Amino acid sequence: MGDIAIRVEEIGKRYRLGKAEKYKTLRDTLASAFTAPFLKVGRLLRGEAANDTTQDEQIWALREVSFEVRQGEVIGVIGGNGAGKSTLLKILSRITEPTTGFAEIHGRVGSLLEVGTGFHQELTGRENIYLNGAILGMTKKEIDRKFDEIVAFSEVEKFIDTPVKHYSSGMYLRLAFAVAAHLEPEILIVDEVLAVGDAGFQQKCLGKMGAVAKEGRTVLFVSHNMGAITQLCGRAVQLEKGRLTRSGSAGEVVAAYLSSVAGTELKSSWSDESSKPNSSEVQFKSARLLSVDEQPLSITNFNESVLVEIAYEVKIPIRNLSVTCLLYDSMSRLVFESMDTDMSEWNGRVREPDVYRATTKIPPSLLRPGRYQLTFAAFIEGVKVIARLDRVLAFDVSGVGYTLQPKRDGIVSPVLDWTVCRFSEHERMV
Amino acid sequence: MQSNIQVIRIEPSKGWVSVQLQELWAYRELLYFLIWRDVMVRYKQTALGAAWAIIQPLFTMLVFSLFFGRLAKIPSDGIPYPIFTYAALVPWTFFSQGLSLASNSLVGSANLIKKVYFPRLCVPIAAVTSGLIDFAIAFTMLIAMMLYYGIFPGVKVMWLPVMLLLTLITSLGVSLWLSALNVHFRDVRHIIPFLTQLWLFATPIAYPSSLLSEPWRTFYSINPMVGVVEGFRWALLGAETAPGPMVMVSFLAAIAILVSGLFYFRRLEKTFADVV
Ligand SMILES: Nc1ncnc2c1ncn2[C@@H]1O[C@H](COP(=O)(O)OP(=O)(O)O)[C@@H](O)[C@H]1O
Ligand SMILES: [Mg+2]
Repeated sequence: MGDIAIRVEEIGKRYRLGKAEKYKTLRDTLASAFTAPFLKVGRLLRGEAANDTTQDEQIWALREVSFEVRQGEVIGVIGGNGAGKSTLLKILSRITEPTTGFAEIHGRVGSLLEVGTGFHQELTGRENIYLNGAILGMTKKEIDRKFDEIVAFSEVEKFIDTPVKHYSSGMYLRLAFAVAAHLEPEILIVDEVLAVGDAGFQQKCLGKMGAVAKEGRTVLFVSHNMGAITQLCGRAVQLEKGRLTRSGSAGEVVAAYLSSVAGTELKSSWSDESSKPNSSEVQFKSARLLSVDEQPLSITNFNESVLVEIAYEVKIPIRNLSVTCLLYDSMSRLVFESMDTDMSEWNGRVREPDVYRATTKIPPSLLRPGRYQLTFAAFIEGVKVIARLDRVLAFDVSGVGYTLQPKRDGIVSPVLDWTVCRFSEHERMV
Repeated sequence: MQSNIQVIRIEPSKGWVSVQLQELWAYRELLYFLIWRDVMVRYKQTALGAAWAIIQPLFTMLVFSLFFGRLAKIPSDGIPYPIFTYAALVPWTFFSQGLSLASNSLVGSANLIKKVYFPRLCVPIAAVTSGLIDFAIAFTMLIAMMLYYGIFPGVKVMWLPVMLLLTLITSLGVSLWLSALNVHFRDVRHIIPFLTQLWLFATPIAYPSSLLSEPWRTFYSINPMVGVVEGFRWALLGAETAPGPMVMVSFLAAIAILVSGLFYFRRLEKTFADVV
């Protein structure tokens, strides 16, 4: 005790935006397959930046962050979406380099930024335990030794020799977490991975984390679960737009954080000028989530619907324009995609320059209780993506009105109409 | 807590960085698991499994034998044309497959790269080395053909591991370049089929390099696959003159590609997690 485990000194991280263009159409790619390599090679030889210079916006995901963690300390990192928490953990795990500053790590680091990293669908549970264990930094001997314990923790003994593609999402998660839970580094770095799975399993995981902490290991722990933070961590730091704004005992930091963000922590509307993607064709104006009585919403009940409203300006006449809305769950799985041209007469028509407002309703009794994020993109079918707003809105679905028996798998939990009748009665009726 | 705690300093790196082979060595077990995964997945996914490793070079051999051997009557240094070309196709298939697998390997492992730390070199190395199993399978077919044609190599076969090493160095070197480039320019994978096609004909697979006269023949071996192919033929099939100078030139070229590839890869490595 008393010795430094992690020292972070004036760490900064700058990202280039517009680089991660995930929506690339085949046509673009094919066209550029012929021209781009030559242009890019030319640029490369001249020593210029390799990416397209047109959209060279930069953001500082972290700015002058300094703090220290002592050995055996369990420290929580809190902050809103995009505050830079994951970036900080990635730097400390050496996944990405800082742009400025430095950090010193005293001891062997094990990091858990996601459960099930490297799991392969085609491999069996047993094979995945070894693969995932090795990826997380365990030696084969270590895995051999802990194998039975891991299998027991995961509760999937019967399916251990079945390819994981046949697992339900719950089993998959339990197995993945079981491997991670048996990591024994001196310093453990954990991102928001406990936010998934059913409540019982989450409790089990938190228990395991607590046990790890009691063994005197250093833990750096990101969570949105303020209960878990106050319960497990002695100290906490808060990040806000990349800067470290608070540091102190976990109870104090959490209390201050909660009162400062009361109600605004989850974005239910977006209209921030600065983060607006610029396009000369389509510009997003605003996006909001509303309850049925048209009130801005950041949390809804399971049995209530959510209104989604997006406004965008079309600057030049465009044919075949669609605005799509993608809903992601807390594990970043795509729940669904829906387009504003799905139903309407706008499909295939030319959009004259104007401001458009598209609204839709996410039906009630569909989304499992948990956190969701929305991404919007404006695109021309089969041609290109014009503008994209990544995860601009977020909301929580509460368990209120959730009458289904709790344990079930699947991305959504629709309440379906079932009719059950006894076969003998059925016979009689016919 | 232990007293000999290792201290890691994390800071921005600038320009060219060292290759850090000792770290790669420390992660050899992960490398082994990645190779094992690639092999397992390959054989689980394809119904034909191991047969696939033979089918590809075998069919190319049949096509080449028909068109180049029979119809165009291309000479084959006095060796029966089918085995002349198959002996070259075995290392060639390893090389070209390694290239196509490795060049997309980093992008394919984006998930790992964004979430876990390990020397990124493991990824293309695993992709290339996992092809050795296919190589071994295709090689048994070559042995069968040698028995059929009654060709026995003699002591020269001792040089075979050296030739295999040359193949590995070449594949790895080119793969490192392509995999790193492919992270930044996703178009790279579109030019790979084109590149391998050109390279195939720039390598004496369908024809003997003896078509060229000397200084040119040795000069030609700047393409390291020339040394590989002639080396394999010499060690196994007993072409008369030892391709010593050619293999030497190829080795130098291959090492140059590998070393430059290692440094280029390491230089770009720090950007992988942000861009991939
Ligand atoms: N690879 C990347 N390229 C560009 N921007 C990124 C990248 N990763 C994260 N960012 C940006 O950095 C900021 C901080 O992100 P992150 O650390 O994931 O926040 P948090 O985990 O606190 O929600 C966000 O604005 C995010 O958009
Ligand atoms: Mg995060």
